[in-house]
Amino acid sequence: MGDLIAKSAFGDLLPLSEGAATLSDAEVGHLTSIAPFQGQTTATSQALRAAHGMALPAVNRATGKAFERAIWFGKDMALLVGPPPNADLARTAALTDQSDAWACVTLDGPPAEDILARLVPVDLRAAEFKRGHTVRTQIRHMNGSITRVGSDSFLIMVFRSMAITLVQDIKQAMEATAARR
Amino acid sequence: MRLTCPLCGARDRREFYYQGDAVAMTRPAPDAGADAWDDYVHLRDNPAGQTRDLWHHEGGCGAWVVVTRNTVTHEVLSVTLAETEARAAR
Repeated sequence: MGDLIAKSAFGDLLPLSEGAATLSDAEVGHLTSIAPFQGQTTATSQALRAAHGMALPAVNRATGKAFERAIWFGKDMALLVGPPPNADLARTAALTDQSDAWACVTLDGPPAEDILARLVPVDLRAAEFKRGHTVRTQIRHMNGSITRVGSDSFLIMVFRSMAITLVQDIKQAMEATAARR
Repeated sequence: MRLTCPLCGARDRREFYYQGDAVAMTRPAPDAGADAWDDYVHLRDNPAGQTRDLWHHEGGCGAWVVVTRNTVTHEVLSVTLAETEARAAR
């Protein structure tokens, strides 16, 4: 078989800028869900630390840094973002490759909070939602995950089948926010 | 209406799916008899006052939660993880 080419979920829709905000394909690499077996949360956290240098994130938190993160991804689940998972993790947790299942964008710039306030029913302002905080919530009508990765920077993920709707909804909110400045 | 998910915190009602009476938390034994199973499958109270429902936090963490609320005042009295209640009952 020849070399297969990984294609972006967004085609040529991204990157796009509006005012001081930029929306771009996050190009995060591998995505793997980690669901610790019953009673194995601590052991999984230790394995994750040994293999990837970060603990299993607490509820509503993310650990790690750019290119290698673990994001809390729902009840009893974390998402390893970046590297392929170390095989040791499979001893205490169920691992599932999610790389092609999620569309991931980064929203950057000072208006990012105002843009997300139009789309998300959770308070994402810096006083409440700091770097390393994450939520599972809805972006307009889409179930998704939002993580603050910088002071004005958010990693936003939805099901890959909704990639174009995600760009359309965020673009509309970017335009509306820019128009009020 | 807002529900305080034990994991995620206070969230808008739109993130939750309403399943119905929390009857699934007290499933009868397989040999409990026809009356108990008839009651479990078909018969529901329609209280004016406190009621216990199962909700699914589908737009959030994906947990099933037991919500105790008052149908007259619309007050939400408590939200607990269905998992916690089920383990405690064992």
